[in-house]
Amino acid sequence: MSDATFLEYVVFFSAAVMMLGGAIGVVIFKSPVHAALSLVLTLFGVAVQFVALEAHFLAAVQVIVYAGAIVVLFLFVIMLLGVDESIDLSIEPIPIQRPLAAVMGVGLIGLVAAAVVRARDALVINPGTGLDVAGENAGQDANIKQLAENLYGDHVFAFELTSVLLIVAVVGTVLLTRKWSKADDDSVERFDS
Amino acid sequence: MIAAIEPTWYLVLASVLFGIGAFGLLVRRNPLIMFMCIELMLNAANLTFVALAVQLGDINGQTAVFFVLVVAAAEVVVGLGIIVSILRRSPGTTADDLAELKG
Repeated sequence: MSDATFLEYVVFFSAAVMMLGGAIGVVIFKSPVHAALSLVLTLFGVAVQFVALEAHFLAAVQVIVYAGAIVVLFLFVIMLLGVDESIDLSIEPIPIQRPLAAVMGVGLIGLVAAAVVRARDALVINPGTGLDVAGENAGQDANIKQLAENLYGDHVFAFELTSVLLIVAVVGTVLLTRKWSKADDDSVERFDS
Repeated sequence: MIAAIEPTWYLVLASVLFGIGAFGLLVRRNPLIMFMCIELMLNAANLTFVALAVQLGDINGQTAVFFVLVVAAAEVVVGLGIIVSILRRSPGTTADDLAELKG
């Protein structure tokens, strides 16, 4: 066993344990704050896997956008609304729901994993142009250069459309959460009662 | 001598993560935690994209993750806006209580 392979194993399995432990924590923690912090663990594990897969830019974006922005947004909403009290998980209004959900979850994992393992030899190796890996024939920023060329070359129209999506999301959220004053009633129809 | 880590392992790991997220979405009733479970499922899909980008040697997989990130951010913003306006009207509500519009 070479040292590099052993190190890859250590990274893969420790990141996998972080991811799955965090995911289970999201499902079983009673308090939403604990669930959000557990989500950070999962997102960080995914970022480590991205680094292991040589997707360095996406790993950075994963930490900044997901762990930095989205989880903070979750925590902000929890604190803002004061909904951080623990929930009693032993109350279950529909008794059959949890067994059925467990059957569905295990069945989904089993089906997808079986399909993936069966198809492992069917995947064609390297029909694409290949990924630029830092340090070989390109510089340290090979991944981000290749990603930028692809994003702003082949997918520039979709990239512009995401700006429309973000604007619509921001305007919609402002409209949804605004508290309407009495003065606005004359000119604007109220959405909430 | 042990084999090197294959992209198949990442795909299996992503399927487990997706399954946990789907299970959580079905059993939890707090809308915020349901949203976190959706994030888990999106991350499983992202891991699949990146693993197959390595397997197939195609940078388009990583670009797809980029777009998934943008759509996930927009989705969280709109979803949390809806949750805020619901919880402000009736604090402590769960997903089961949101049947007001039922005819």
